[in-house]
Amino acid sequence: MSPELSAPGISKEDQERLVQSGINLSMENRCGSYLQMNQDVVHAECHQEGIEVLSYKKAMEKYNWLKEYNWKAVDKDKDEITKYVAAQNDPKGYVIIAHKGSNNILPIQACLYLGRETIQHVHNIIIAEEGAELHIISGCTSGGHVGQGAAHYGVSEFYIKKNAKISFTMIHTWTENIEVFPRSASIVEENGVFLSNYVCMQPVKKVQMYPTATLKGENSVARFSTITIASPTSYIDTGSRAILEGKGSSAELITRAITKGGTIISRGQIIGKTAGTRGHLECKGLILKDGIIYAIPEIDGRVVGTELSHEAAVGKLAQEEIEYLMARGLSEDEATATIIRGFLDIKIAGLPDALQKQIDATIDVAEKAGF
Amino acid sequence: MQTSTYTDAVNRMLDIEDLHVNIGDKEVLHDINLHIDAGETHVLMGPNGSGKTTLLMTLMGFSNYTITRGKITYNGVDVTAMHADERSKRGMGMLFQRPPTISGLKLGKLLTAISHDKTVDIPELAKSVHMGGFLERDINKGFSGGEIKRSEVLQLMIQNPDFVMLDEPESGVDLENISLIGTVIGSLLEKEKRIGKRSKSGLVITHTGFILDYIDADKGHVMCDGMIKCHGNPREILKDIKQRGYKECLECRQS
Repeated sequence: MSPELSAPGISKEDQERLVQSGINLSMENRCGSYLQMNQDVVHAECHQEGIEVLSYKKAMEKYNWLKEYNWKAVDKDKDEITKYVAAQNDPKGYVIIAHKGSNNILPIQACLYLGRETIQHVHNIIIAEEGAELHIISGCTSGGHVGQGAAHYGVSEFYIKKNAKISFTMIHTWTENIEVFPRSASIVEENGVFLSNYVCMQPVKKVQMYPTATLKGENSVARFSTITIASPTSYIDTGSRAILEGKGSSAELITRAITKGGTIISRGQIIGKTAGTRGHLECKGLILKDGIIYAIPEIDGRVVGTELSHEAAVGKLAQEEIEYLMARGLSEDEATATIIRGFLDIKIAGLPDALQKQIDATIDVAEKAGF
Repeated sequence: MQTSTYTDAVNRMLDIEDLHVNIGDKEVLHDINLHIDAGETHVLMGPNGSGKTTLLMTLMGFSNYTITRGKITYNGVDVTAMHADERSKRGMGMLFQRPPTISGLKLGKLLTAISHDKTVDIPELAKSVHMGGFLERDINKGFSGGEIKRSEVLQLMIQNPDFVMLDEPESGVDLENISLIGTVIGSLLEKEKRIGKRSKSGLVITHTGFILDYIDADKGHVMCDGMIKCHGNPREILKDIKQRGYKECLECRQS
C-alpha cells in the first residue's frame, strides 16, 4: 500500500484543482510522487523498482554523472527565464531516473503548487535509460487566493535513450493571476519515443513555452499533443518543435485550441534535416467568442527525402451541427458542449489508459461547467 | 384549389397552414397546407429541388429556414417559433438524408446523450441494426450511405418520436439494408398495430417508393416548385410518376 500524500496547508478548494490536474493525494494508481509547494520540496519518492524520484539537490549529491545531463538539452543562456533558474543558489525541482529496462505502468505524479505571490522555480531532469519506459503526469496548480506577481519558471530536460520511452502529460490548472514559463527540451536516441501532452482548460494569466524535441537517433519518434482553452483574460503562447536528425525519425504535432475571448498563439515547427524523415503538424482552432487564435505552423525541409506537412484551420461551431443535435432533443447548450467536447477529443497513440482517462476527465470537468 | 377536407380535429397531430418559407432573401416554399392525423403516415414526392427536404427541415425547426408567413401546429400547440430542441422534446423527430459529420463525437456518446434519463441498452439496440461496431466511431465520419441511414434509425429508436419525418430513408441503401431499415421504420410507425390503434404519425420523402413496402402510407402529396400540387393515393401517384414522370403531372406542368 502506498502512503497518503500529505499536502499541508492546501485548502479543500485548491485540492480540488490538484485533482483536476491529475494529482492523486491518496496515491491510488500512482507509482511515485514529487510534491513541491512554492519553494519547498515536500515529497519525493517512488515505489517502483528501477525508478528513482529525487529532489534535484539530492540527485546531484547522489550521482556525480548527472552533470552530463545538467543544462545539456536546454541552454542555460537561452533567455531570462533559463538564466534566472540557472542563477539559483538552491535549485529546486526533481530528477526522475528510469534505470535500464525499468517500466512503470502506473504514472509518477509531479505536483507543483504555487500558493503565494512569488516566483516558483524548478529545474527538472528526466532520464529514461536504455529500454526503459517512463510515464509521468505533471500537475501544476495554484491557490485560488494568489494575486498578481506569482509566476512559475520551469526548466525540464528529457533524455530518452536507445529503445526507451517517456510520456509526459502536463495538466495546468492555474488561476487567473499566474504567469507560467516552462522551458523544456528533449533528446531522443535510437528507437526512442517521446510523448508530450499539454492540457490547459482553466484560466491563467499567461503561458509561454515552446518545447523542443531533437530526434537524434534513428527511427526515433516524438508526438506532441496540445489542448488549450483561453479564457477572456488568458494569453497562451504555446508551440512545439521537432528537429528530425536521425534517419527514419518522425514527429507529429497536434493542437486543439479554443478561445472564449483570450489569445492563443499556436506555434509549431518541424525541421527535416535527414532523408527518410517524416513530420506532420496539425492545428485546429475554434473561436467561441471574439478573441485571437494565431496559428504559426512552420515546416522546414532541408534535404531530399524528408516529408513534412501541415494543416491549420480556425473556425466557428457549425450551426448545422448544433441543430442536428437539438433535433435529437439536446438543448442548445448541451449540443454546443457536446460538439466542443468532440473537437477536443484526441486519442494519443501509445499513452497508457490511466493517463488518457486523466486527460479525458480534465476535459470532462470543463465540459460540465459548459466550457 | 383544394381546401382542407379534414373536419375532425380531435386526433389532429400536425397542421400546416399557409406556410411560406425563405432561405435568405428567397422564398422557397409557398402557401403550404398539410394536415396529418395521429396514426397516419403521409408520403411526399416531387422532383429534385422541389422543396421536400426544405419542408422537413422547416418542420424540424432549423434556423436556416425562415418562416415568413403561416403557422405550424403540433398536437394543438403552435410550434412555429420553437427551436428544434423544443420540437424534439414535444415528440417530433427526423431521419436526415445528409446529416453532418461531427469530428470527435462518438456515435455511442451521442446515443447516450439522446437517451437522457431513459434506460436503454444502447449496445443491444446498436447490434440490432448492425451498428455495434460503430459506437466508438465519430458520427457519420466515413460512414457509407447505408451506415448513415442505420445510424439515423438507431438514433430515432432511442428518441422514439410521435411524429417521424423521414427524408429518403432508402437512398444509398442496398436491398438487404432496405429491409432492415424499412422494418425498423415500420415499427417506429407502429405498423404492427391495427389501423385505428396507431398513435404515431409519419411524413416520408421517397423517390423510389421502396419504403412503401414497410409502412402503411395513407396519403400522398406531390411537391413542385415549393408548392404542394396534388394529393392522392401514394401508390397511384408513384405509379403515375414512374410511367409518365413529373413532367406529365398536370398540376406540376401548370407551374
